[in-house]
Amino acid sequence: MSGITARYWREIPRRYRGEAVKSVKTGKVYFPSRLVEPGNGNRKFKPVKLEYSGELLTFTIIRIAPRGFEKQGPYALGIIELDGGGRITTQIVDVPLEEVKIGMRVRVEFRKISDDGDEGIHLYGYKVVPER
Amino acid sequence: MAQEGKIGIVGYGSYIPRYRIKLEEIAKVWGADAGAYKRGLMLYEKSVPAPDQDVITMSVEAARRAVVRADIDPARIGALYIGSESHPYAVKPSGTVVAEALGATPDCRCADFEFACKAGTEAMFVAYSEVKAGVVTYAMGIGADTSQGAPGDALEYSASAGAAAFLLGKKDVLATVDFTAAFMTDTPDFWRREHAFYPSHGSRFTGDPAYFKHTLGAGRKLFEVSKTKPEDFRFAVFHQPNGKFPSRAAELLGFNKKQYETGLLSPWLGNTYSGASPMGLTAILDVAKPGDRIFMVSFGSGAGSDGFVFTVTDAIKGKAKMAPQTRPQLDENKFYLDYGQYAKFRGKILMAGGS
Repeated sequence: MSGITARYWREIPRRYRGEAVKSVKTGKVYFPSRLVEPGNGNRKFKPVKLEYSGELLTFTIIRIAPRGFEKQGPYALGIIELDGGGRITTQIVDVPLEEVKIGMRVRVEFRKISDDGDEGIHLYGYKVVPER
Repeated sequence: MAQEGKIGIVGYGSYIPRYRIKLEEIAKVWGADAGAYKRGLMLYEKSVPAPDQDVITMSVEAARRAVVRADIDPARIGALYIGSESHPYAVKPSGTVVAEALGATPDCRCADFEFACKAGTEAMFVAYSEVKAGVVTYAMGIGADTSQGAPGDALEYSASAGAAAFLLGKKDVLATVDFTAAFMTDTPDFWRREHAFYPSHGSRFTGDPAYFKHTLGAGRKLFEVSKTKPEDFRFAVFHQPNGKFPSRAAELLGFNKKQYETGLLSPWLGNTYSGASPMGLTAILDVAKPGDRIFMVSFGSGAGSDGFVFTVTDAIKGKAKMAPQTRPQLDENKFYLDYGQYAKFRGKILMAGGS
């Protein structure tokens, strides 16, 4: 066990439910949430939930996976522009790697990200799958 | 046992993983006769969860779909119960994760249920009862499993993965719960001791004294309390550990194939344990019309059965299309695994340095 439990718990609202903020000034969605908007110093935001569909902006294939993800490799990791605004970086799963394409439509699913060793907690969050 | 009322299902959802393994692929490894399983048990292939899926993740997806169909604010869900025999934790609820992901916390009752394959319908019954008692406005009952069969055991051909979620309430009910029945005894036909990775079972003993006695027992009781006959129902759905048992139980109770085939998913899905008859019910609700009556009997080893009589209302119109439907999830976009990939996905390979 690594002691990740408290950090993971603090991130539950965004990892489980996609809680984000929208700038009252520019209408831009920030995920993870920000306290100050870059470029204009705005501090007024309203809470929003991310829309769970979007488009793949770019991706890479991870062939040498980091610790805790060794058995998952090779896997696709991408940046997704969500329909209601906001971007997420996450794994693209349930798809053969050769079918991952920039511009593909995806939707967010709830998945297990990793385990904290053999006796620690299960860490859950979001990944994307092709829209079917 | 008998209840009349306007309480019932206000939203439903199912989730089936995309991965599959064919019976031939498993039989090949163990030198078994795949043809005998296909003919004898009416099983062709089964779903396999991806390595990043478990009861919690599938329950979240099924429950989100139920909330979409119900079109309510999830904060109003006052209770959430998941029935499963493969909860990811031995100690720590699955339901808290699911409720948090839905946005139902903190005003929400929660506990995980376990009763082999019957835990899902028991979760539905408790959710229904709490709404009926007026304790909560909405309650969620979920049946989900990612069950394991020991390598080479008969159960390895059927143990599969899936989840079905039902939101119970009293406003805009799409299928009313008209009657319920329960039939339960202590029958050790299937079990898993603590720390055992795979379950054990009583082989042929799981048939007559367990599955059929309880399924038929609850089914007959349900006819009695509801004063109905098989011909009063458009659909009937039963616990489906394979294709053969539910077909035989249906026919012994007087139903014909047309009545039970819509809810019979196991030949191509496998046995989703706590999810089995609930998933069959979602496939029925996807195609049901106002006025249709549905007869449902679950079964869980240990052993017991829950029975429900539902009547579909006008509120069903347009609901199926609001979220992914069950049959297309079962029939489309499948990825077939070979046994090696399947063994890796299911953690059946002994790794160096632990899992």
